[in-house]
Amino acid sequence: MAKVFIHPPNSLILHDLVERFGHEPLSLPKEVGKRVRDPEIDSPPMNVTPRDPKRGLKYAAVEVPSGVRGRLAIIGPLIEKADAAILVRNVEDLSFGCVGCDRTNEFIVHLVRRRGIPTLELEYPEDEEEARAFVREVKEFLESLEG
Amino acid sequence: MAVQIAQLSCGTEYSGVQPEIERAAERVGAEIVFPEVDLDLIEEACEEIGYRPKSANLRVLLARAYALAEGYAEADAVLILTCFRCAEGALVRSEARRYLQERTDLPVVTYSFTEDLDAGELLTRLEALVTIVERKGLLARKRQEGLTLGIDSGSTTTKAVVMEDDEVIGTGWVRTTKVVESAEKAVERALEEAGYELDDIEAIGVTGYGRFTLGKHFDADLVQEELTVNSKGTVYLGGKQEGGATVIDVGGMDNKAITVWDGIPDNFTMGGVCAGASGRFLEVAADRIGVDLEEFGELAVKGDPENVRLDSYCIVFGIQDLVTALAEGADPEDAAAAACYSVAEQLYEQQLQEIDIREPVFFVGGASLIKGMVRALEDVIGVEVRVPPHSQYIGAVGAALLASNYV
Repeated sequence: MAKVFIHPPNSLILHDLVERFGHEPLSLPKEVGKRVRDPEIDSPPMNVTPRDPKRGLKYAAVEVPSGVRGRLAIIGPLIEKADAAILVRNVEDLSFGCVGCDRTNEFIVHLVRRRGIPTLELEYPEDEEEARAFVREVKEFLESLEG
Repeated sequence: MAVQIAQLSCGTEYSGVQPEIERAAERVGAEIVFPEVDLDLIEEACEEIGYRPKSANLRVLLARAYALAEGYAEADAVLILTCFRCAEGALVRSEARRYLQERTDLPVVTYSFTEDLDAGELLTRLEALVTIVERKGLLARKRQEGLTLGIDSGSTTTKAVVMEDDEVIGTGWVRTTKVVESAEKAVERALEEAGYELDDIEAIGVTGYGRFTLGKHFDADLVQEELTVNSKGTVYLGGKQEGGATVIDVGGMDNKAITVWDGIPDNFTMGGVCAGASGRFLEVAADRIGVDLEEFGELAVKGDPENVRLDSYCIVFGIQDLVTALAEGADPEDAAAAACYSVAEQLYEQQLQEIDIREPVFFVGGASLIKGMVRALEDVIGVEVRVPPHSQYIGAVGAALLASNYV
């Protein structure tokens, strides 16, 4: 079973596909879920505290806006432990919330590429035919990963 | 019902500062609300406003402004927040503010935050928003009546003013050390000049950083943040209580730019992230040149700012540049002029870009007494700058004026 980072990291479709093909998805809902259950963290609704942007300094310098560093503090560690990654492009119109900052999204893609792990990059499907091709490509990629 | 402040923002949750924003709103008796928008409205808003930022959350921010302007959502005031240093955020922040001001009567305040934001930083801004919404009647006063005392507890100096029958009859100005002791001294001086005792005073108004402490100590009738009080004091002293005006207030530690309509502020920005654009920078610069502030101002008028390069806007690095220039043989006049231009340029870049300048432009606060600053500001913003009488006392005068509502 490989640890597979998905982008957008809140994609339920990608999370489900990775699980179905026997791997562990590294996704944001799981990370946020941990924070919701952690009794020490008290910053509803996202359970991100001002400590997180400071932890994000590991990925980006202090000149980088706090919202970018706060997101990186959650998403960066997922990229670090990933064995592989699936990056979906052309999803800007629906990228709100944790993926609502385009500067962060650009940097996440860069961090994944910089790691040099097996990565599948593909476009978000616009119709049924493209959706079938999308799932097929994801399936082939996940099957190619070593367990 | 609590005043409803619509929050238009990007990055507050992921910077971990949302609880601080809500805490500040609660402290001023306001409620933060988020205008509802859906995907179709986001597209419509971007189309109508003619701006489609790449970051989706900034598109939501614009759509929320659009929803307020078009009546899809309601609020009493607007708070626009984006991350400090985000270029796209800064563009959208200004655009949303401009759009709302063109299409609504809602008071708007903007702010760029870091993860270190605490409720205190937002408090004055939110308090001013609430005052503008709730106390328009109080702010409508144009004439001082009775015998009133106004105290402005600033970060660097404490000012007191005694007013009687629409005239300033006593002033006191002391450096702020302990809030209460400094205020007592300033009040004592103002009363002495006016020829009255504290017991004679009919109403007291307090403003500035130490307002809550002084409000209790003097049992004040009016305890009010400095944005509304200072703008009121400025247009009163400047003789411009009708129509539009801009107030640029440079104090010891921070600066404010406020646009006013009929004496009531309708938009404002406050500096404070860096002391490089405050009176403190000029004080340190004067000290380094070896003159007092008055002489520093005179020198600056004679100097040419182009002859000294001040590359940094930070108070520490700015002074380093100044020291280097002096060591290389720069004239003190040129160095003083360069320091004044540095503050004026920062004001222009950081504060005045956020508001639409309305003439007349009034320059007030301690720094307005420095002649070189007035010239620098006029050159940088390109319009005539007026310094009203008692320009260093505008907070205390505003407090004394508004306190006469309680006579």
